[in-house]
Amino acid sequence: MTFKFSKVYVNNVSTVVGPYEKKGPLGNKFDKTYDDLYIDENSWEKAEVKLLEESVDILLNKSKKKKEDIDLIIAGDLLNQISASCYGVEKFMIPFLGIYSACTTSTEGILLAACMIDSLRVNNAIVSVSSHNMASEKQFRNPTEYGAPKPMTATFTTTGGASILLQSNKTKVKVESATVGRICNMNQKDPNNMGAAMAIAAADTIYNHLKDTKRSVNYYDLIITGDLGKYGKKILIEYMKSEYGIDMSDNYNDSGIMIYDMDVQKETLAGGSGPACSPLVNYSHIIPLLEEKKLNKVLIVATGALFSPTFVYQKQPILSISHAVSLESVK
Amino acid sequence: MKKKDYEKIVNKYKAKENRLKNGIVAFVVGGLIGVIAEFLIQVYSYFLDISTQDASVFMIVTLIFIASLFTALGFFDKMVNFARCGLIIPITGFAHSMTSAGLEYKKEGLVYGIGSNIFKLAGSVILYGVVSAWFFGMIRYFLFGGV
Repeated sequence: MTFKFSKVYVNNVSTVVGPYEKKGPLGNKFDKTYDDLYIDENSWEKAEVKLLEESVDILLNKSKKKKEDIDLIIAGDLLNQISASCYGVEKFMIPFLGIYSACTTSTEGILLAACMIDSLRVNNAIVSVSSHNMASEKQFRNPTEYGAPKPMTATFTTTGGASILLQSNKTKVKVESATVGRICNMNQKDPNNMGAAMAIAAADTIYNHLKDTKRSVNYYDLIITGDLGKYGKKILIEYMKSEYGIDMSDNYNDSGIMIYDMDVQKETLAGGSGPACSPLVNYSHIIPLLEEKKLNKVLIVATGALFSPTFVYQKQPILSISHAVSLESVK
Repeated sequence: MKKKDYEKIVNKYKAKENRLKNGIVAFVVGGLIGVIAEFLIQVYSYFLDISTQDASVFMIVTLIFIASLFTALGFFDKMVNFARCGLIIPITGFAHSMTSAGLEYKKEGLVYGIGSNIFKLAGSVILYGVVSAWFFGMIRYFLFGGV
C-alpha cells in the first residue's frame, strides 16, 4: 500500500541527544546535546520525557511558530503506554495522536501526518519520537547497573528526541510518497539480534514500495534503513539479492551504523536502535543534504522489532514491521 | 523465501563470539576472587582469633559489601562486562544483582520500587538454590544417613 502526496513539505526538524550520540560522527549536527544520561532529571523515564518535550520546543523556536499554530501532534516511543510521548506533549495542549510501532514510529507518524495534510484535514502537523538507552534497558532487559554482557549482534538504544514539522506550504523538501509496511515473521527469537528479526520487514517494504511506484532501486540516491545494525544490514543486502534480485550495495546505508563511530564506540556493539535512531540521522544529516540538493531522492525505511519480553518468554517469535517514506528535494 | 533459508542467511552473518578469551578471563578473575576470599579467611581467623568457619562468614560479608559498594559507585557493571561469569558466579554477582535492582527501582519508592523489585534477578537464584539444597539434602539423608 503506497500513498503519493502532492502537497506535503518539511518545514523544519529538531534533534536533542545524549552523550553517546554526541560523541558519534554526527555529534555537531544535533540541535542540543547532553553530557549526562539523566538529562538534568532524576529518573531515566523523566529524562526521556524531557528529550521529547525539548525537541518540540526547539522545533517551534526554529520554525518561528507558536503552539497555537500547530494543528496536530503525533508522537510515539518505546516506554509502556507510550508514556514519554504523553508526558512530553502535555504542556503544549496541541491535539494529540499517540502511536506505537517500535523503532519505525517516526515513519508511521510522517505517513499519517502526510495523509492528513494531503487530504486538507490539517494545515500542519508535528511528528515526534524519543528513546532513552537506560529507560529501555530497564523496561526490556536488566537493571541498568547490572551491566549484563551482551553478544556482538545486540544493538544499543539511542538516547534522543526528534521532531519534524510537516506543512502544506511549499519548502525545499517534499514528502513524495509513503508505503505502509506489513507485519513480518521469520521465526526469529533472539532479542539480542534484532537486526535479523527486522531485515525481513525492511526487505518486504522496500520491494513493495518499488513495485507500487514502478521504480528501480537506482531511482533513489540513498535508501536508508532504521536500525538494522552491522549484521542486519548484511542480511538485508543478501536477502534482497537472492529473493528479489535487487542489488542494494551501491546506494544503501543504515542509520544505526551512521549514528555511532563503530570503530571507537565499541559499547554500541552492532549499532544504534530505538525509535529515535532513524530520525536523529535523517533530521540532522539527510534532510540538510536534501535542502542543499546534494541528495535529491531519499527513501527512509525505518524498521521496528515489535519485541515483547512476555511473548518471547512464551517462546513466540519476534515480529517486525517497517514503513517507508520517500523524501525529495524540490526543484 | 522459507524461514529455513532466511535462518541460513542470519547464521551466515552472526558475529563470532570469542568464547576462548571470555572463558580464560572468567576463569582467571573467578580464581582471583577465590584467592582473595581465602586470603580474607586466613587474615580474619589469624587476627580476630576465630574459627575458620566463622572467618568464612566474615569473608562472605566482606565480599558482598565490596561488590555492593562498587555497584553503587557505578563501576561494577563495567567490571562484569569485562570479566563476565568470573564476577557473576561468585557471591559478588549475587550481591551485584540485588544492589543494581535496588538502585534501579528506588525512584518508584520503598514498597513498589525497591521492595517489589530487589529480587528481580536474585529471586530465581534463591528459589532454585533452596529447591536444589532440599533435593540434594534428601539424597544425602537417604543414601548416606545424613552424614
